[in-house]
Amino acid sequence: MKERLDRQTIAMRVAKEIPEDAVVNLGIGIPDLVANLIPEEKDVHFQAEHGILNFGSIVLDEEKIDWDYTDAGGHPVELKPGCCFFHHADSFAMVRGGHIDITVLGALQVSEKGDLANWWFPQWGFGNIGGGMDLAVGSEKLFVAMEHTTKEQNPKIVKKCSYPLTAIEAVKMIFTDIAVMEITEAGILLKEFAPRWTVEEIQALTEPRLIISPELAEMEL
Amino acid sequence: MARNKVYPTFESAVADISDGSTILIGGFGGPAGIPQNLIVALRDQGAKNLTIVHNTAGFGLSTIGYAAPKDVIYNDHAILIENRQVKKVYASYPFPPSPTARSPFKEQYLAGEIELEIVPQGTLAERIRAGGAGIGAFFTPTGVGTEVGEGKETRIIDGKKQILEYAIRGDYALVRAHKTDTMGNLIYRGTARTFNPVMATAATVTIVEVDEIVEPGELDPEHIITPFVYVDRIVKIPKEGE
Repeated sequence: MKERLDRQTIAMRVAKEIPEDAVVNLGIGIPDLVANLIPEEKDVHFQAEHGILNFGSIVLDEEKIDWDYTDAGGHPVELKPGCCFFHHADSFAMVRGGHIDITVLGALQVSEKGDLANWWFPQWGFGNIGGGMDLAVGSEKLFVAMEHTTKEQNPKIVKKCSYPLTAIEAVKMIFTDIAVMEITEAGILLKEFAPRWTVEEIQALTEPRLIISPELAEMEL
Repeated sequence: MARNKVYPTFESAVADISDGSTILIGGFGGPAGIPQNLIVALRDQGAKNLTIVHNTAGFGLSTIGYAAPKDVIYNDHAILIENRQVKKVYASYPFPPSPTARSPFKEQYLAGEIELEIVPQGTLAERIRAGGAGIGAFFTPTGVGTEVGEGKETRIIDGKKQILEYAIRGDYALVRAHKTDTMGNLIYRGTARTFNPVMATAATVTIVEVDEIVEPGELDPEHIITPFVYVDRIVKIPKEGE
């Protein structure tokens, strides 16, 4: 089987798409990895929904850990200059009010219209919504970072989601282990492919018909 | 003279909580911001058929290492659920992130023994905020087209489909703050703030546990997050050796 990008490399590609000065919320999973892949010279402001804006990297030195300063994944973090705290209702006012530029979430399925399913796990029979529904609806741009298919090689990019939805028509871009795509009104635009992958091979693992960008290019990693 | 709201013990502060009460509990996921001592006192007090409103349905009792060192077991409302005191939970993130983590809620939920209303986190925060602010309900785009929106009144406002969500109020709020004066002006610490200030506003009786109590006038009024009007009872967390 053809080699796919690992999770770290998908996150690296997402990190390149985040501009200087952006306010960004990262979900758990691959999105979580993006924080440490932003180059130091690029000033990005991370928000976490439990009430912190502009936190820095994860604290590794155990002597310096303070468990009252964490990210949403529960990691102890550094406070960057300009960091601030706020309560939950203020935090989600920020989210729903359109003050978050980019949210990156994982997904179980994304539809060709940009519907997102990422909270209910069929293999468990239960799931957690968390802040995902608010973030998907309220952020300026919603990115999805995920593997292109399930472990059984079934498409996760589908015509219509079969799992319970998180939000409708919300996803703007999808970053996977074989491609980068944009959701447009006409359908899903294939913009980049992973090294050694062809359009036909990507299409075979994607349920809706892909529109091929005139600027289609190999991912720069 | 302002009433002194300081209670001598956690037990005395929760003594009157009756069966069937709705309890708002502050915090997010890990031990930070969770009123652990009040929860233990409520477990020992034994009130039953409680409705609990919190972001999770209890991550304590399991060493999942979420927002805490891996070997730290802390107390949250998982101990109330384990003690069969809870009939219903409102939460956005009811199940522990690790499927192997111990969760009395999960066991009782899968056995059909406990009720769950799963609420998107921002909607949960806003429903509690509304409860404290005298707002009956509000429209939000969160949840439109999902299970959360099913059966709810819908309107198009400003070109956007939105659903009606009702306020939540508690009979009691259990809150964890960092500092207070004896009047109940609260200051929090870092990301331990979370739902605490919102919940403090939305209950008939708000009970707070804190690291430090000072006299009125000793806190800078510019730094106070929760004004004293919302706070009814205060208990100081004993420092080690006290």
